[in-house]
Amino acid sequence: MEKAAKILKKPITSTLIAVVCGFLIAGVIIALMGYSPMEALGLLIKGVFSRPKYIFKVIEKSTPLILTGVSVAFAFRTGLFNIGAEGQYIVGSVAATVVGIKLSFPPIIQIPVVIFAGILAGAIFGVIVGFLKARFGIHEVITGIMLNWVALYLCNFVVNSHEFNKPSNSKTYSINQSGYTTILYNWKSSKAGIEFLRNNKWLSDILLKTDVNVGFLVAILVAVLVWFMLNKTTIGFGVRAVGLNPFAAEFAGIGVKRHITTTMAISGSICGLAAALTITGTSPHGLYLLTMFENVGFNGLFVALIAGSSPISCIFSGLFFGGLIYGGNSIQSGLGVPSEIINITIGTILFFVALTKVVPEIANRLAKRRENNA
Amino acid sequence: MKKLLSIFLIILITSSLSACSWNDPQATSDDGVFKVTMVPDLGGINDQSFNQSAWEGLQKFKSEQQNVEVSYMESKQSSDFALNLDRLSDGNYDLIWGIGFSMSDAVYDTAKINLDKNYAIVDYSYGNETPNNVTGVMFRSQESAFMVGYVAAKTTKTNKIGFVGGMKNSIIYQFEYGFKAGVLYAAKEMGKGIEVVSQYAESFTDAAKGKAIASKMYSDDCDVVFHAAGGVGYGVIEAAKDKNKFAIGVDRDQSSIAPDNVLTSALKNVGQAVDLVSKRIMNGESLGGTTQTFGLKEGCVGIPVKNKNMDPQIYNETIRLSQSIVDGNIKINNKEITIPYDYPSYLEYISTFS
Amino acid sequence: MDISSNYAVQMRNITKAFGNCMALNSVSIDVKKGTIHAMLGENGAGKTTLMNILYGLYHADSGDIYIKGEKVNMKNPMVAIQNGIGMVHQHFKLVENFTVAQNIMLGSEVTNKFGILNMRKFKDELQKIINLYGLKVDPNAKIENISVGMQQRVEILKTLYRGAELLILDEPTAVLTPQEIIELISIMHKLIENGKTIIIITHKLKEIKASSEYCTIIRRGKYIDSLEVKGIDEEMLAEKMVGRSVKLIADKTPAKKGKVIFNIENLNVQNQQSNCLLAIKNLSLQVRKGEILGIAGVDGNGQKELVEAITGLLRAQSGTIKINGKEIQNTKPKNVIKNKISTIHEDRQKRGLVLNLSVAENAILEKYNERPFSSHGILHYSEINKFTSDLIKEYDVRPKNCKGVPIRELSGGNQQKIIIGREIANEPDLLIAVQPTRGLDVGAIEYVHKTLIEERDKGKAILLISLELDEIMSLSDTIAVIYNGEIQGVYDQNEVDENTIGLLMAGGSKVGKSSKNS
Repeated sequence: MEKAAKILKKPITSTLIAVVCGFLIAGVIIALMGYSPMEALGLLIKGVFSRPKYIFKVIEKSTPLILTGVSVAFAFRTGLFNIGAEGQYIVGSVAATVVGIKLSFPPIIQIPVVIFAGILAGAIFGVIVGFLKARFGIHEVITGIMLNWVALYLCNFVVNSHEFNKPSNSKTYSINQSGYTTILYNWKSSKAGIEFLRNNKWLSDILLKTDVNVGFLVAILVAVLVWFMLNKTTIGFGVRAVGLNPFAAEFAGIGVKRHITTTMAISGSICGLAAALTITGTSPHGLYLLTMFENVGFNGLFVALIAGSSPISCIFSGLFFGGLIYGGNSIQSGLGVPSEIINITIGTILFFVALTKVVPEIANRLAKRRENNA
Repeated sequence: MKKLLSIFLIILITSSLSACSWNDPQATSDDGVFKVTMVPDLGGINDQSFNQSAWEGLQKFKSEQQNVEVSYMESKQSSDFALNLDRLSDGNYDLIWGIGFSMSDAVYDTAKINLDKNYAIVDYSYGNETPNNVTGVMFRSQESAFMVGYVAAKTTKTNKIGFVGGMKNSIIYQFEYGFKAGVLYAAKEMGKGIEVVSQYAESFTDAAKGKAIASKMYSDDCDVVFHAAGGVGYGVIEAAKDKNKFAIGVDRDQSSIAPDNVLTSALKNVGQAVDLVSKRIMNGESLGGTTQTFGLKEGCVGIPVKNKNMDPQIYNETIRLSQSIVDGNIKINNKEITIPYDYPSYLEYISTFS
Repeated sequence: MDISSNYAVQMRNITKAFGNCMALNSVSIDVKKGTIHAMLGENGAGKTTLMNILYGLYHADSGDIYIKGEKVNMKNPMVAIQNGIGMVHQHFKLVENFTVAQNIMLGSEVTNKFGILNMRKFKDELQKIINLYGLKVDPNAKIENISVGMQQRVEILKTLYRGAELLILDEPTAVLTPQEIIELISIMHKLIENGKTIIIITHKLKEIKASSEYCTIIRRGKYIDSLEVKGIDEEMLAEKMVGRSVKLIADKTPAKKGKVIFNIENLNVQNQQSNCLLAIKNLSLQVRKGEILGIAGVDGNGQKELVEAITGLLRAQSGTIKINGKEIQNTKPKNVIKNKISTIHEDRQKRGLVLNLSVAENAILEKYNERPFSSHGILHYSEINKFTSDLIKEYDVRPKNCKGVPIRELSGGNQQKIIIGREIANEPDLLIAVQPTRGLDVGAIEYVHKTLIEERDKGKAILLISLELDEIMSLSDTIAVIYNGEIQGVYDQNEVDENTIGLLMAGGSKVGKSSKNS
């Protein structure tokens, strides 16, 4: 009993329980629709793990989610709800694409320049939100949502512009190849490379059929760096103090407004980085016309929520999320279940995560019952 | 707890990896079943437009042939196209369709690394760079647009006609210039001047914008407006209903939306082409590396048979005209012409009048 | 004692735990009908918890409640109200922009058969109650326009209107001026004469002596004693409450006042609620080295704005604030701290601490950006922990190994010790202490007072702002009275009595010696 109570009190436990509950409810819904939930689960797991390609695809898909998750988690720590992550992501990809198409340097310069462009654009969008909040007290959710639309239309403007539009296509040109961060891109797209890889089942599955890139490693690095910054540096100290109690922070001489702006700049730049890594790392290495939001930023909110705003946990919740989204597709194709079922699962999990405060409460009850019995 | 979890995960991963040491599916599965699948554009298979038409084509294909299976995989966003095509390539499908030009890059990239699979794409031509395992399917939409342009010109009382485009691309240009050419043809025939106003909505979904543009056109004296703008077109037709003027639909017979106000529609029967191409590939015809073009001749474009708002005489004249298009002997000033499909060819077309 | 209908309330062996914390451990209380019964105990002793259980807000884990000899299951406040129990909370629960009458009616509206409010009938009933108990209130006045003392009467009326026989008053004097306290006590006596019973929760011994007949003392959730107040002195009550003998009057030697180090001249600060009013009007004040200057006043007379103007949170419209001759008005809090002014804020939890940060992190809240706690933007936790350990040792913070735990988990007194230690470690020239003992128990209060006097003896200037007149009277070397944003007078400690100060606090005319400044 005591042990059970102790385990229940850990935050990871409540998150896992929430995940299980989410799956259970989604399973019930699948069953109600007349499909087999076990088969669906099997397809999901197979769709994620059954081939090395799938695992790498999940990693590829998770990379931006981890980063936007870290970005949102970081802003959470200052008490800011960065719903503008979506816009910061989009504007980052726009900047990376524009710079990547317009400039043509050798990779050693091109890659940093393109990535920096993305970071800068995201940071600028973040700073706008932070500045308006700090200076005029305009709520960051309002400005964030507005800027999301600005970013979306900016993206479509660029896609439609004569300069960047790939003819008879609803997308832009790809960025110059020197900006690609895809591993061994030149070799594996060459005839010899394809020939070589086709003879090696494992390698061809991993290298040829996915856009393996350095983004994932960068994402992990950033998560660790953000963790370090939050816990071991003065900026992080200020951020946490302002986030937890702006009144006390102000009274102690910590610049609350400055920290809000700084936080949003950092948060935005991480979103921009996520976008730049996607542009440089994965095809089509350019922008699509957006008919609606791609949800990379919005999903970051969920990733951060599941991770309990811890940057390190964002790595895992990002992977989980990426797996759910990518693997979910195979349920659709395998069973013919509408793709909405994956959204329902995600929604249910989030619902239970939000309810996780209940779990420690159960733990308390257990502990008390034990006391009474004794 | 942590240990337990990690052990569980390791077992899960290793078992699923080792148990299903995966197999790349063979080029054509030898199960005797011809499996066709498609990835529709963002609208999904219930878009009342070309995605739906494509899916209906596949279903027709299935119903008419033995041992055929068809399926589809929808995408939520453009970046899913490649993922979905890739995943379908892992299955044992004999033919994978990409519906719509937005999928051009995704189909191209996927085809390049899955050389033993067959692909087809609607509304796109890779020209000389068409991979050997890809078939491009294009439509001569300018032919049906020419026909509705002819109808519009014969119907207008104000001698002013509108065109609402979705987004500027070569597919929509086919409609715009084909339409303008048809209007001009009829105008010359009747010996009068008819103006065509054209505007783009920069969207395929924003019906409100379509309505705004069309309303403006109607108040500016246009009495017939043709749209080639997907979802935007619903707004155009609604505006026609409000002002009690005529609209011309696109892709499929849109008269059901506003029976009294849809003059006719420029049909583009994607399903027919999908059905045709699927059939030919199943029968072993090697279409890879080519671009197939479908028009009036193949019955893939045209106008509906029933047009209750159209003067029967105009209909008959139009059908006569369409026959000469099919026969390829449509002439102006005794010069044989091709119906324009973009701006340069339109300029050339105009020059034949002088 | 037997269960009998002679008692308005009897609570037997009440036990209540919050998580692992035992709030009440088998506490019993017997309240005789028609008496005023005081609940005495330090902050956090469990007085309020016990009363909340009686009122049905909490559930006891075990134990019984008897009302007039009948066992009652207090499921919720509705049951309590039905049993004639009314509670006036420490923080009033009134709708600010409703009238007195509307507030009293809220929740038990008088309507005709169509459900339409019958205001006249209600007001007649209300007037009867007002006359009966001498609770003078204007039923048509809006709550936001009447004084705190009046608001308290409204709360009392509310319970009476709902037919309360037993009134629970939770720390009723905390917000009142000395004169208002006297009035309250007389109202309480009137209520008793009319057959009501009152339980008053308090930790102020003087008021118990003045008002109550019986007194139950609890300490750390445990029942200590019940006694008749008559024939027992304050020292003894205090000893029972704290568990050891305490000094109620701060021990101090006469101040050795030095030169003026802190000087406010003609300060004007705008009222935050309405732009046309001034919260601080032309205020001038001087604090010397080696003295404690106490500012007495009723809450809401500009103390908050004065502190915020000094500490850089509020803009001064005009006037100067100088420390060591340097003007600091309208700069940032950081600059104020840098100029050697440290402040113990009245609102510990809002302004003083970041509750979810650890003790160590709170200890360096103002100095995390400086060496040795950080360099080149990287925090040095070994230095931070060393500093905190020293602080914990020096100020006797309990538990001893708390530097890593969130400061939320410390008791109020220990939190305050961290703040005081932190501020004194800044080695300020001027230490501002605003309500430094608010919510602390007697033991902690004694400690805080001792520390302030020690700092004074080291030659620091101390500005003490408190709503507790006793604290001002016993600690200050110089006493200033603030009313309506103006200093009414400045006196030496021994040249003025409590009555004079009390009158000035209420805006009365200046009596006694003329102020030194004017």
